[in-house]
Amino acid sequence: MLLPLLRRLGQTVFVLFGISVLVFAVFFATPGADPTARIAGRNASPQTLEKVRQEYGFNRPIPVQYATMMKKLFITQDLASYVDRGERVVPEIMRAAPVTLSLVGGAALIWVVAAITMGTLAAAFKDTWVDRTLMLLGLIGISIPVFWLGQVTNLVTQSRYHNTWLFSWVPGLGYIPLSQDPWGWFKTLVTPWCVLAVMFIGIYSRVLRADLVALANEDFMRTARAKGLSPTRILLRHGLRTSLVTFVSLFGLDFAQLVGGGALLTEVVFGLPGVGHLTYQALTNLDLPLIMATVMYSAVFVVVANALVDMLYLFLDPRVRDAR
Amino acid sequence: MRADMPHTSTQPLLVVQNLSVHVPAQGQLISLVENVSFTVGAQEIVGLVGESGSGKSVTAMALMGLLDSPGVRITGSARFKGQELVGMPPRLLRRLRGRDIAMIFQDPMTAFTPVYTIGWQIEEQIRAHTSLSRKQAQQRAITLLAEMGVPDPAQMAQRYPHQLSGGLRQRAMIAMALSCNPSLLIADEPTTALDVTVQAQILELVRGLRSSHGSSVLFITHDMGVVAQTCDSTLVLYSGRIAETGPTADLFAHPSHPYTAALLASIPPITGPRPAHLPTIASAPPTPHTRPVGCAFAPRCTYAHTPCTTSQPALVPISAQHAAACVLPTEGTPLPPRLGTVQTAQAHSAPHQTGTTPL
Repeated sequence: MLLPLLRRLGQTVFVLFGISVLVFAVFFATPGADPTARIAGRNASPQTLEKVRQEYGFNRPIPVQYATMMKKLFITQDLASYVDRGERVVPEIMRAAPVTLSLVGGAALIWVVAAITMGTLAAAFKDTWVDRTLMLLGLIGISIPVFWLGQVTNLVTQSRYHNTWLFSWVPGLGYIPLSQDPWGWFKTLVTPWCVLAVMFIGIYSRVLRADLVALANEDFMRTARAKGLSPTRILLRHGLRTSLVTFVSLFGLDFAQLVGGGALLTEVVFGLPGVGHLTYQALTNLDLPLIMATVMYSAVFVVVANALVDMLYLFLDPRVRDAR
Repeated sequence: MRADMPHTSTQPLLVVQNLSVHVPAQGQLISLVENVSFTVGAQEIVGLVGESGSGKSVTAMALMGLLDSPGVRITGSARFKGQELVGMPPRLLRRLRGRDIAMIFQDPMTAFTPVYTIGWQIEEQIRAHTSLSRKQAQQRAITLLAEMGVPDPAQMAQRYPHQLSGGLRQRAMIAMALSCNPSLLIADEPTTALDVTVQAQILELVRGLRSSHGSSVLFITHDMGVVAQTCDSTLVLYSGRIAETGPTADLFAHPSHPYTAALLASIPPITGPRPAHLPTIASAPPTPHTRPVGCAFAPRCTYAHTPCTTSQPALVPISAQHAAACVLPTEGTPLPPRLGTVQTAQAHSAPHQTGTTPL
């Protein structure tokens, strides 16, 4: 039990190291990314620039700069942004994380439930109009860009039809913390949840349908039919249960990258101050400390989520349990 | 035999008449099985023999209502205990499946759902057809596994399919098939995927079922040796049609269709000198849409002559229950009886104990 855990920890550290070096190197290799000028302000005198360079350590060798930044990020946790009057980066991420988690968690719930329902129904009614309609809807969902869908729903719910009975309950853009006002939290998030979930519903329902249809030709499905079980039971207890293994691995990765900041577009469109929004800000300002912090945060999530998926595998698939 | 089923031993359990299976392909209906008729009596083991693609599995699947490829057409009649199986509503057929007619499959490796324990899967079938409680079903599953010679059955019931060997899995499969005391067991090449020693044990088990469980067995195989050891009567299929049918002993002693004769000739003799080369049947059987006009076997038959290529030969009686679809007997030139006969089911018809040797 301890050894796999340690191994996983080692992997995490290795991944984080690799990514951080890469981000650091790319930043300093980017022309015009020199932060000195930006920190010193417009039309700063050469003396000021020199002073800033000295103060922030930009004149020191790059490995030293890297080590200093890592120390500030992970150990003292007082890494300050190059813009925004030197705002501390770590608390900023801590404030943004719950927003992203709320957004992605809700959306994930919607997309898992909807995708399982749609995929299973489509497989059950294979080659009928039900199947075709659902799969067409899925395809449309995949094809709609999330930022466009977000803008359109904003247009409809916030301005065009906001004063009708249908959308008058929709609060303005922004985020209300769960601890402050649960109902308000729900109301602000329900639209972004649906918008974010649409594409994933499309992908997941199509994948699940394909998987279930392929499984229908398996020997054990024939055995289940020969046992005289009902078609519903065969599809759910034998087909769907077996397909869940694929479904879970797909889900783990998508969920992790969204929590790590992948829901950037949705967050920006709906004005949610989440990690994605922060990343977006950091990139537009070329703010290395913030970029570094968000990337590290994201990487940690992907690694942790992978570990969780592996654990779920053990639970879902007895064959994996023995292979260890 | 269950009390609620009006069934006497004089009336055969299963009567199949002119069963045909057609599937649409390339814009036309192609017959996979054509006019197959046979009967399975109570506690009888009937062998269904043929090469791959001869329609033996399709016949079994059609009886079970397991053929679901789009556009498949099943015609003819299959009366099981007086009930017509062909065209039976799926709901009713489902109730028969697993309870009165059970099936075991060729590859025990893939025939169990990988994510559930063996015990769970047997319980599932019991609970689908009876009103036993979970506990009782569990107990029954363990008893069945023990009857099938699975060592430490309570432990085995907790295992997942991949944790068992092929032989144990096939025993578990048979235990599952017998869980509701079916009167007919369809065994689709149950020993093909197993190695020879395990194969012998499983055959022993299947042979013992008629005395231990009162089941009739429809035994599908391509192995003439297995037929000789196991089956009371035999049906030889070639390209979806009956080539020859009769009691196994008669059929082995006097093969009347050149195909049967050729199949038997390809088995090495037990006594006497061994030939340097065993005879083989040249080339491959026709696919359903390249079947010739006359006898389907004609292109590979050493006795083929004009009448064989013009019309399909009718099934002609050789003796009381023995018939062959060949023109030779009617032309007065029947095949010679076979010398050096193989040991047949007759030698085995004494009741057998189920094997208890662990695999």
